[in-house]
Amino acid sequence: MSTNPTTPTHPTPATDEAALRKALSSTSRPPPASAASAALTFGWRGMLKVKHVPEQLLDVTITPVMFVLMFTYLFGGAIAGSTGEYLDYILPGILVMSVLFTTVYSGVALNTDLTKGVVDRFRTLPIWRPAPLVGALLGDSVRYLVAGTVIIVLGLVLGFRPEAGVGGVLAALALVVVFAFGLSWVFTTMGLLLRSPNAVMNAGFMSIFPLTFLSNVFVDPETLPAGLEAFVDVNPISILATASRGLMEGTADAGDIAVVLATAAVLTAVFAPLTTHLYRTRS
Amino acid sequence: MRPSDGALTEPLSAPQPTLAIEATGLAKSFGETKAVDGVDLAVRRGSVYGVLGPNGAGKTTTIRMLATLLRPDAGSARVLGHDVVADADAVRGLVSLTGQSASVDEDLTGRENLILLGRLLGLKRDAVKTRATELLEGFGLVEAANRLVKHYSGGMRRRLDIAASLVVTPQLMFLDEPTSGLDPRSRNQVWDIIRALVAEGTTILLCTQYLDEADQLADGIAVIDHGKVIAEGTPGQLKASVGSGALHVRLLHPDQRPAAERVLSHELGSVQLEPDPAALSVSCADADRAAGALAELSRSGVGIADFSVGQPSLDEVFLALTGRPADEQTAEEAIADNQEQAA
Repeated sequence: MSTNPTTPTHPTPATDEAALRKALSSTSRPPPASAASAALTFGWRGMLKVKHVPEQLLDVTITPVMFVLMFTYLFGGAIAGSTGEYLDYILPGILVMSVLFTTVYSGVALNTDLTKGVVDRFRTLPIWRPAPLVGALLGDSVRYLVAGTVIIVLGLVLGFRPEAGVGGVLAALALVVVFAFGLSWVFTTMGLLLRSPNAVMNAGFMSIFPLTFLSNVFVDPETLPAGLEAFVDVNPISILATASRGLMEGTADAGDIAVVLATAAVLTAVFAPLTTHLYRTRS
Repeated sequence: MRPSDGALTEPLSAPQPTLAIEATGLAKSFGETKAVDGVDLAVRRGSVYGVLGPNGAGKTTTIRMLATLLRPDAGSARVLGHDVVADADAVRGLVSLTGQSASVDEDLTGRENLILLGRLLGLKRDAVKTRATELLEGFGLVEAANRLVKHYSGGMRRRLDIAASLVVTPQLMFLDEPTSGLDPRSRNQVWDIIRALVAEGTTILLCTQYLDEADQLADGIAVIDHGKVIAEGTPGQLKASVGSGALHVRLLHPDQRPAAERVLSHELGSVQLEPDPAALSVSCADADRAAGALAELSRSGVGIADFSVGQPSLDEVFLALTGRPADEQTAEEAIADNQEQAA
């Protein structure tokens, strides 16, 4: 109580009085950050986390390396006759798979973020509503680039020589990252609907795993039963893998690329507003 | 704005400038539990308004509705003249929130947290750095500036949290239990900061379950229980409504308490034993009679560590208003509280 003499009101001054006054003196309020600047700032936040905890890049670097080595040397001979030939076929496919697997982590990360008080603060800021989400995904896109680059460099070391050269490889990488950006909105929606990061991880991989394996990433679908082949042919992941192979070999089909870009656009158009709505209203 | 609001705020062009918060009939349920059940609030600009209640009373839910984080099921609220539902963005541009769980990013450093918010609030690159340094200096966080927040102590975290709310000066600040879990020294530091903030003219809505905190800081208090405001007024009014004041005595030796109890009950009447085994209090509005009783105590050889004569504490106010002490939580409230925490 205020009257209690045993409670000193100023045991130790919290802080330098003058500095505190200065810190508290009114600052004029500038107009809030623009949509783009807010999103980029959240992207910067994502990069800072990588800076402080670089270990989190392990999952996007080690897993792809394992996939390349395992598939090339374990199955390459059996599937394509020689590991060298199979590498040419599978490398663009593994690029697709590794980057798409990484998108699941976007949903996991968002779910983890929600358990923290800082999200409340973001939600009370006068900024473009999707900015925290778009920014996080921009940051994640850098992770996708890292994952993709690791695959390509490893492929080059193992003897992968794409016909279309550097330009083709970069184009394929860009296409995969754009598609991954679109797909990650599905997982951020999942991240907001499910209760725990683990649930997001499980549900995410339970959907992305079969979708990736039921595509032409690993094998030419011509050997498959007719029904399965039909599914594999329309699977957007197959089309993405075909387009990436095409870009790397200089034989890309504009139609495939258009389908990939359109799919990414549709996924974004449907799931980005859904994610944003859930993010704002989740209580 | 809903059409029914029109009647309440007749001259639309002249919103009441003296009120920072105006809430009518705010309600919010989580499933079966009515977390907030018709709360009315009127908070003057430039004041510190305390919302006082035990865990699960509905404080956090109320603050979250006012801060545009939760949509009320019923009722309406205007913050600084803007409807919290229809005009949420305008409200967001004027307020800042220091939530119950620290609203800072644990995976960044203190400085990075401030820079992040500064940029989002539209400060330019250089201005944001200057401002971050200013805040770190003002809040005694210079040495910890480049450490990750997850390694901060509770007090440092709270100070950073408040600093983060002030990167750009808000007109209204929501402080949700700013000192819960802090040691006395850190609590005093936070109180000093709040007092300094008020001196600068910021309006503060302070949710607390610490009665002395509301007493120390707030100009007006709403006591909230089971999602309803059960009493409202200045700290003085609330205490006066409960009746006479009391003499509180703390003894040097707890084993002398029975002796002290005999003396005091003889001098002044029915004695209350406090949870502290060395403390007791007795209802007494008259300072002279209290002095007499104290003299009698020392004559009979009872050592007194300290004493105070005062109006009833807010603990007593709460007991008088609800018929039970503030720290008792019913099972039902514990559930509501958990939901509130999860929310």
